[in-house]
Amino acid sequence: MADEGKLTLYSYWRSSCAHRTRIVLNLKGLKYEYKAVNLLKGEQSDPEYEKINPMKYVPALLDGDTLIADSFAIALYLEEKYPEKPLLPQDLKLKALNLQIASIVCSSIQPLHNLVVLNYIEQKLGPEEKNTWFINLLNRGLAALEKLLKGCAGKYATGDEIRLADPFLASQIYVAIRRMQMDISSYPTLSRLYQVYEQIPAFQAALPENQPDAPSSS
Amino acid sequence: MKKTGREVRLAFSSTNLPTKERREADQPANLEENLLSSGWKSAFEPDQKIKLYNYWRSTCSQTVRITLNLKEYEKLNPVKYVPTLVDGEVVVADSFAIILYLEDKYPQHPLLPKDLKKKALNIQIASIVTSTIQPRQNLPVDIDFIEGRFDLDKKLLWAQHYLNKGFTALEKLIKDCAGKYATGDEIQMADVFLEPQIHAGITRFEIDMSEFPTLARLHDAYMKIPEFQAAVPEIQQDAPRGS
Repeated sequence: MADEGKLTLYSYWRSSCAHRTRIVLNLKGLKYEYKAVNLLKGEQSDPEYEKINPMKYVPALLDGDTLIADSFAIALYLEEKYPEKPLLPQDLKLKALNLQIASIVCSSIQPLHNLVVLNYIEQKLGPEEKNTWFINLLNRGLAALEKLLKGCAGKYATGDEIRLADPFLASQIYVAIRRMQMDISSYPTLSRLYQVYEQIPAFQAALPENQPDAPSSS
Repeated sequence: MKKTGREVRLAFSSTNLPTKERREADQPANLEENLLSSGWKSAFEPDQKIKLYNYWRSTCSQTVRITLNLKEYEKLNPVKYVPTLVDGEVVVADSFAIILYLEDKYPQHPLLPKDLKKKALNIQIASIVTSTIQPRQNLPVDIDFIEGRFDLDKKLLWAQHYLNKGFTALEKLIKDCAGKYATGDEIQMADVFLEPQIHAGITRFEIDMSEFPTLARLHDAYMKIPEFQAAVPEIQQDAPRGS
C-alpha cells in the first residue's frame, strides 16, 4: 500500500536535473527516500524502473502513489502541494522571471549537454570539439542568464528570498565550474550567487558528491 | 480569421530572420542584435498593449500563438528572443514561462486544472516537449554548420531519434486518459504544447504517426479547433509563400 505523504526520489548523483530537484526538496524542508538509478549503467531502462516510471526519466518523484517525472514539473508540483516556504513569489513579474530562468536552464542549456548529446558530438567532431562545444554552450547560456539577472540585485537571484531560480542556477553553474573547470569571473552576478549558494545547507546537502551513490573517492 | 460566433483578432509581429539567425532563434544570446538588424521595428503599432515576437516556423512560437488565440489577445511590441512577450512593463521570453505567466494573469479559458495530479500531468507533458524534444531537433543543423557539411539524411535521423523517443514517452503518459483531448475533455496546457511538436514531427521530420495513435488522434482533433488553426506556421504572415 502506498504511504500517504511518503516521498521517494529516483536520482543519479551527478545528474544536473536531479541536483536541482534535491535542492528544491531541501529548501521546502521535505524528507525523502533516495533511490539511486545509475544512468551510466543504463539502469533507467531496467524493467524494474520502467514499471515505476514508464518514461524512464530521472529524476522522478513518487509522492504516495503519484509519480511525477521531470525536474520542472516536480518543482511546480511540490510548490503547490507543500506551500510552506514558497519558491514562487506572488508578484507576477518576479514569478515570470523565476520561471524564465528555470526554463532557460532546463530547456536551452542542460538538454544540449547531456551524455547522449555529448557522445554524438564527440563521434561527429572529436573530443576536442566536444569540449569546445560544451564550453561555448555554457558560455551562451550563462551570458543569457547573467543578462537576465542584471538589476535584480538582492541577496539571491531575484531578490532577498531564495526562489525557484536559485536551485536551477546553482545546478547549472555547478556544471560549468566543477565539471568543465570554467572561470566564470566574466559573469559577476552568477559568480557571486554561486559563492552564496555554497554556504547554504539546503544546497550543500544536494551537491552531487554528497549523495549516497556518489563514488567515495570523488 | 472568423470563428463560430467569436472573432479572433490577433496580429503577430514576426521576425524575418536570415537562415543562420533562424537556427539560433530559440537560443538566448545575440538574438537582440539580430532582431534589431532585421528591421522588425516598423511592423509595430505604437498603442498596442501586448506584443509577441515570434517566428512562423518555431514550435515554441506556435505554442504561444495558440495560447494567445485561446485567451483572445492581441499581440504587440518587439523584444529579445523568439518568442518574447511584452505585456506593459513585463517582458517574458521562453515559451513555457510566457504561457505560465499568461495563465496567471489572464484567467479566461484556464489551461491548468485545479486538481494537482492533473495539473502535474499537464506540466510534465509541456516540459517533455520543451526540454527533451524541441531543443534537440535542431541540433544537427548547428553541428553541420560548424562542420561545413550538410548531410541531410544524418540530420534527419538524429532529429527523428529524439522525436520518436519523446513521442514514445508522451504516448505512455497520455494513453490512459480517456478524454477528448490530452488530459481530459477540455483543452489544457498539454494540448497547447503537444500540437506544435506533433505538427513539426509530421511536416518537418517525417515521423510515422501510426506508432503514436493517441498523439495522431489528438492532432486530428486539434486541427478542427479555430484557435489552433490560426496558429499554424504555414499561414503566418512571415511564412514563405508556397510553404
